[in-house]
This record gives sequence, C-alpha cells and structure tokens, in this order.
Amino acid sequence: MRAVCEGDYHGHVAVDTATKLDARTLRADFPIFEQEFHGKPLAFLDSAASSQKPRQMLEAMNRFYETSYANVHRGVYELAERATEGLEHARERTRAFLNAPSTREIIFVRNATEAINLVAYAWGLWNLKAGDLVVVTELEHHSNFVPWQYIAGKTGAELRLLPLDDHGELDLSGLDAIAREGNVRVVATNLVSNSLGTINRLDKLVPWAHEQGAIFVCDAAQAAPHMKLDVQALGVDFLAVSGHKMCGPSGVGVLWGKAELLQKMEPFMTGGHMISSVRTDKTTWGELPHKFEAGTAPMAEAVGLGAAIDYLEAIGLENIAAHEHELTEYALGKLSELPGITLYGPPADRRAGIVSFNLEGIHPHDVAQILDLSGVAIRAGHHCCQPLMQKLGVAATNRASFYLYTIPEEIDQLVEGLYAARKVFA
Amino acid sequence: MYREVILDHYKNPHGHGTIEDPDAEADGQNPLCGDEVSIYVAFGEDGETIDEVKFSGRGCAISQAATSMLMDMATGRTATDVATMDKDELLEEIGIPLTPVRLKCAMLGLTTLKVALHKAKGTPLPEGLAGFGELELK
Repeated sequence: MRAVCEGDYHGHVAVDTATKLDARTLRADFPIFEQEFHGKPLAFLDSAASSQKPRQMLEAMNRFYETSYANVHRGVYELAERATEGLEHARERTRAFLNAPSTREIIFVRNATEAINLVAYAWGLWNLKAGDLVVVTELEHHSNFVPWQYIAGKTGAELRLLPLDDHGELDLSGLDAIAREGNVRVVATNLVSNSLGTINRLDKLVPWAHEQGAIFVCDAAQAAPHMKLDVQALGVDFLAVSGHKMCGPSGVGVLWGKAELLQKMEPFMTGGHMISSVRTDKTTWGELPHKFEAGTAPMAEAVGLGAAIDYLEAIGLENIAAHEHELTEYALGKLSELPGITLYGPPADRRAGIVSFNLEGIHPHDVAQILDLSGVAIRAGHHCCQPLMQKLGVAATNRASFYLYTIPEEIDQLVEGLYAARKVFA
Repeated sequence: MYREVILDHYKNPHGHGTIEDPDAEADGQNPLCGDEVSIYVAFGEDGETIDEVKFSGRGCAISQAATSMLMDMATGRTATDVATMDKDELLEEIGIPLTPVRLKCAMLGLTTLKVALHKAKGTPLPEGLAGFGELELK
C-alpha cells in the first residue's frame, strides 16, 4: 500500500465539468481569513477536521438569538412559536438536502458520532446477539468503528473488517466468505474516508447488506460537505452527518433513518421532550423525530446548519466537488515531486479534497509544527483512524484537506513549507 | 524551535536501544498521536542507583530528543531522585517554548521512566503523574 503512489503519481481527473466556483470570491465570506498567523496569510488545509464558517451562517445564528430565541415546542407565546418555526424550517432544509422522504426521519443530534451511537445503542443493543456479525471497514473513523466494536462486545456479536486494497479502496472480494461465517446484521461504512479521501462505492455493498438481512449504516460526515447526497438513491438505512464539517456550527449533527426502523427502535436517551406521557409507573415515547431528541435541542445550531445548507446549495455541491477534485489533482502533482514523499490513497478522481502523506525521516508532528511557522495549518496524527494507520504501517500521517474556499496558492504555501521542513531535518 | 541540540539528539539519540532483563521497565503511549516509547532501567549493586537506562519506540523530534536528553540526565542518579524529578528540570534542558500539545510529546519519556521506577520499587504512582494523566501507560 505504501508504495502505490510513492513519488510518481500519474492520476487524471475524470470530471470534465468546468469549475463554476470562484474560491477567491467565496473566501471573502469567511472572516477567519482576515487574520495572519506568524506574519503570513492563513493557508487553512484542515477542513476535513472542521470547516471554516461563512458570515451568512454566523449571521443567521446571530439573528435567531437576537430576534427569535425562546425554547421550542413548549411556549404558547409568539416568540416561542417563532423559535419553533426556526428549528422546524432547519429540519425541512435538512430533509431536502438529503432528499429524505419525511422530516419525521430527520433527528438533530450533536454530531455524526452521536448519530452512530444512537443507532448502535437503540438498534444494535436490542437486535444483536451471539452468532451475529457486524461488518465495518479498515477505513472507518473511530466514530463508526468504536461504537460497533463496543456494542458487538456487549451483545456477543462479532466484528468483521472489510480490508483495503493497494489503491486505498475497499476490497469487496471477501464478502461471500464473511456471509458464510455468520449472520450479518449490520454493515457500517463511511461514504468518504476522512483520512484518505476515498469515495467508497456503496452501490455493491448496500444491496449485499440487504441480501444478508442487515441494516446499512452510512457515516456521511465527510461526504456531506463534498457531494450531493440522496438517501433514497444510496439505499442506506441510516445516515449520519456533522454540521461543523459543512460550514455549519459545531454542536449539531443529523441522523437520518428510515421511519419504519426508527419507529420500532427503543429510545437512545430519555428525559424531557421525547415522551408522550409520563406516569409514576410508566412512560410512553413521543412520535418521530421527538422520540430521539431528549432535552432542549441545539436550536440556534440547527438554524445555523440550515443556513449552511442554503450557502452550499447556492454554490452547488457539484461545483464544490469539481473544485476539490481540481485542487487534489494539483496538490498530488506538486507533492509527488518532493523527494522522500509517500502519498496514500486513490487517484484524484476517486477521492474528495484530502491528501495524506509522509515525508521520509520527519515525524508528522514536526512537519505540522514547521508548516505552522509558514502559516500553513494541516493535520498531523492518526486522524481518529488507528486501524487504518496499522494497515499503512505508520503511527501517523500528515493530512492536507481542501474545501470550497481553498485556493492553489495555499497548496503552493504547503509545498514550500515542506521543502523548508526537509531543510531543517536534512 | 528546532534548535541544533534538539535535532542532534533526534538524529543521534543517546541511550537508544533495549536492556535484557531490566530491573525496571514500562511502555508509554501518547493517544493524541500514537507515539510510543519503552524504557528499560538497570540498577547498580545498591539496587538504587540507575546504572544504565535505555529507550526504544517511535515519535516526533520533540519526544525523541527529550527522551534522549533524559537518558543522560537519569544515568548515575538514584531511582527515588529520578522518580520525583520535576518536569521543569527536563524542560530547562530542552530549552524551547512548547505548546500544550508538544509538551505532552516532551513528557512522554519522563512520565514513562517514572512509571517504570515506581513499578520496580513498588511505590504508588503519584496522582496525575507529572500532570499528564492522559498518557497511556503500562
């Protein structure tokens, strides 16, 4: 795997669509870029960890707090109604964004991690048993790995890992063998890898999961910022999204699930708002989506997420994807010229705007620290993907990631910084 | 921040290796980045003086250089002395300002060495050892 792209990347972008996105203009929407770091303009190449925030989204949250804020779903006064409208409008925007059949299936949570934990606990804990198999992949973020490992351990079910091939893509050749080993009940994978950027082909995996009688849980945290999502076309049963990776605020995420599954599930968290009636001897659960939204909702955050969706859709998800592919190809080309570089992952047309690499003899921490002095922000570490790092045979990698506001000059700044790092450690 | 002495220690670490049948040993891991270090100690005839101390593992320049410096600093001192060494003593030796994240890199070796010594002596680990409770230690 390590040798695949080592220093000689020759991939080409299959997308011909002319980029209609003007990153330079969009950049002005993001106040963060008005600052300098270490006397240099900020080259923010860590959007896969969390994206920066456009003024439009910040203003929508601010407006909600200043003009429409009260607790939702309870008060009878006009202000409370206005707050409820704000939250429910955001739910409708999210439904349309995911092309979900109903807003009853849109559950606001804290982030994709919480969304997956909700499914693992409220479905997995009650439906898994000894002899059952939960299939995840070597490419998973810990958010879609640890909950399944934990719940499998609690129920006696066993975890199986789909391996990666030499191109950083899922190897599906072992599916039949897995099916013979036990009762496959859950298949959980991401749509876009946060570590390698791989866009996973779910078109084979989803029908296979359903043939086994399994539910399919899709971690779309890294896909939602990058590509148009359609839960009905994907055919999955559950899908998890984090607001903060897609120009929304931190503290809000979404679980979408098929209503017929959600209805049969036990609650995840209990308390206020999620009830139908509470008696001293028995409590009954509320209707969807409220059954899964215990406590006061992240109201302003949901409003912010709605505004972020407006912002992304005005630009066009196809344009964002095309822009990221173009930057990725540019970055892979430039980086492959660096002596001693190892590039991980598939060719540019098979991945989102994420490039993971290592420089020979320089630990990623040191690379990231030296880059910081040139105003370049990248991620150094295991990216919450320790099983993947084990597969790659490294403790950590450097990861540069791009978004709609990324310009080629930032990638140039990165490459210059990497030459400087080589010099320090020569 | 990558002053010459740090780079020297990183490229030519002192006390890098292992000791067979050590009198004290421990493994440490920084869960933030997955860096690992193992430390081995051999005591002198008095069972107290650190005769030899070595480390193995992988990590960034800061963690490797700090551990390398620590090997020099610990050799010849008593186990009790090193087990209670103030972290500032090592930080002075490193001699560069460190951000909170990099401080954890720098402390990986010292914290692991202290665990090895406390284990060997059967003394209880001080609460929040060196203030870096989140390092994973065995």
